[in-house]
Amino acid sequence: MTHINAENMHFSALTQMVKSADSEVTIDNVLGQRYIAAGVRGKHVVINGIPGNALGAYMDGCAIEVHGNAQDAVGDTMNTGTLVIYGNCGDTAGYGMRGGKIFVKGYAGWRVGIHMKEYGDYIPEIVVGGSAGAYLGEYQAGGRIVILGIGCEDRQCVGDFTATGMHGGKIYLRSRFVPDDLPPQVEVSRVTDKSELAPLVREFCSYFGYDADELLADDYIVLTPAAACIYKRMYTNRPM
Amino acid sequence: MEDYEQFRQVAEKNREGNVRIPSGCAICGYFSRKGNALPASDAVNAMSYMHDRSNGLGGGFAGYGIYPDFPDHYAFHVFYDNDRAREETETFLKARFDISNMERIPTRKVYGIKGAPLIWRYFGTLLPEVKAHTELDEEEYVCRSVIHINTGIKGAYVFSSGKNMGVFKGVGYPEDVGEYYCLDGYKGYCWTAHGRYPTNTPGWWGGAHPFNILGYTVVHNGEISSYDANRRFMEIYGYKCTLLTDTEVITYIIDYLHRKRKLTLSDVAKVIAPPFWSRIEKMEEQEREKLTTLRNMYAPLLITGPFSIILGYPGGMMALNDRLKLRSMVAAEKDDVVYVSSEECAIRSICPDPDRTWSPAGGEPVIVELDKECVK
Repeated sequence: MTHINAENMHFSALTQMVKSADSEVTIDNVLGQRYIAAGVRGKHVVINGIPGNALGAYMDGCAIEVHGNAQDAVGDTMNTGTLVIYGNCGDTAGYGMRGGKIFVKGYAGWRVGIHMKEYGDYIPEIVVGGSAGAYLGEYQAGGRIVILGIGCEDRQCVGDFTATGMHGGKIYLRSRFVPDDLPPQVEVSRVTDKSELAPLVREFCSYFGYDADELLADDYIVLTPAAACIYKRMYTNRPM
Repeated sequence: MEDYEQFRQVAEKNREGNVRIPSGCAICGYFSRKGNALPASDAVNAMSYMHDRSNGLGGGFAGYGIYPDFPDHYAFHVFYDNDRAREETETFLKARFDISNMERIPTRKVYGIKGAPLIWRYFGTLLPEVKAHTELDEEEYVCRSVIHINTGIKGAYVFSSGKNMGVFKGVGYPEDVGEYYCLDGYKGYCWTAHGRYPTNTPGWWGGAHPFNILGYTVVHNGEISSYDANRRFMEIYGYKCTLLTDTEVITYIIDYLHRKRKLTLSDVAKVIAPPFWSRIEKMEEQEREKLTTLRNMYAPLLITGPFSIILGYPGGMMALNDRLKLRSMVAAEKDDVVYVSSEECAIRSICPDPDRTWSPAGGEPVIVELDKECVK
């Protein structure tokens, strides 16, 4: 068990300490240090404070807990592992994500899940408790995004231009409102089979203490690229 | 002296426009609605948490309410390349302004700050006879005087020209620039700050942020792809871009739209970062017509490319993102103070426990002004 006090510490020193620490790391007084656990394998990292940009970028199998808000580019291109944020997160969470899971208790910024992709068994998943900003799932090529919209049941829980350029994966919204500016290649349907959704919502609730049955009882819509979307056939979901 | 001459020559050679380096920035601001005097040192410290967003080629601060002893005087902060430029500028200023106080701006030696120009400040009011005989209103007269110095006197740059406010900027990391200008001694109801990471040009003292004209200051993170279209339009109205970097033109656009055309700041935001036409089509008729008119009238003032800016002006502060939100921006509030920053960590370094934090949408301005009863 390694305990690090990151007060006034530069990110390069902190990232080195995390890399050389044993498998259980707790970091206190984090304030803006970038690249925490970036590229790190198989550690459990507890962060108290506000981690800087690119938290857990390229990480491979870490479990990261953030007790605070996260900034931009959380889990950028991450491979596997789990990020749990007990607050909000900034823009471009899950940018180019290739696998693993991100859970955000509060709201998420713009461009969540931009360019996320999947291949074979690697299916990245993002669950946001609150709302998400514009360009959710921009160019999404795979994976699952769930926006639970807790606290914004009476309005859209996503911003403008959702699913722009989406050609793979799924976006689930716990909402009665269908975004009115979806691109033509994206189809909307009501969720009747919640078997894929349920484990994600249950895991979300296990961290943040919401009632999973209650959340799952609500109506969900799902956005998927239409079968006619040519890019879907060309570039995604084709394990060799 | 020889050292200075050497630095000057290097600075001259590396001046923006002469060199192009193909290659982010940090901004932060806070504002007390009650007009309380907030220390500049908070801004200096906050910028240190975003150190790696800058590369040491520019840092700067703007403070409002910082000169309570001269509240009604124009405070001119000027960079000079040499004493000849200073003498020429002083002759120009003294012919038009009653200068109550002139001095070198106090600085201290700081490791990491070098190649500084001569830095002076003047507190002055427009001479009554000049005021009586000019056909211009006072602010316009001052604005044109500043443009005259910046374009007509070689080696002189007025980088701050408002009342009861001031810009402090230079080449270096923002923390060092703050230390250099002894900002620990200044207090104001509003501070904005910038750390520069020039992407196309080498960085020089005049090119550091904030950019200023009269009471307006702008700090900017991003790159304006519409710069030339904006600059050409502004030149029609007598604004000359002399500082060779894109942010300058934003300052003039805001001066033109807000001071001269009397647009409200929320309308200014609608001109420079308007909603897309596809959004406008869906709006109620009145709003649709208004936005259509604004976009058509001021089409050349649309700013494209990624940006987040903080505008300071007498009695207020506005933060704005480009409509695609291609740069980050976080806002927070605690009691009467509103904070905005590129990164939340900078805000939390000043205010560990804000009442609320939020992330403003692209094109959605955050505007804070002094409470009416707090305007002095």
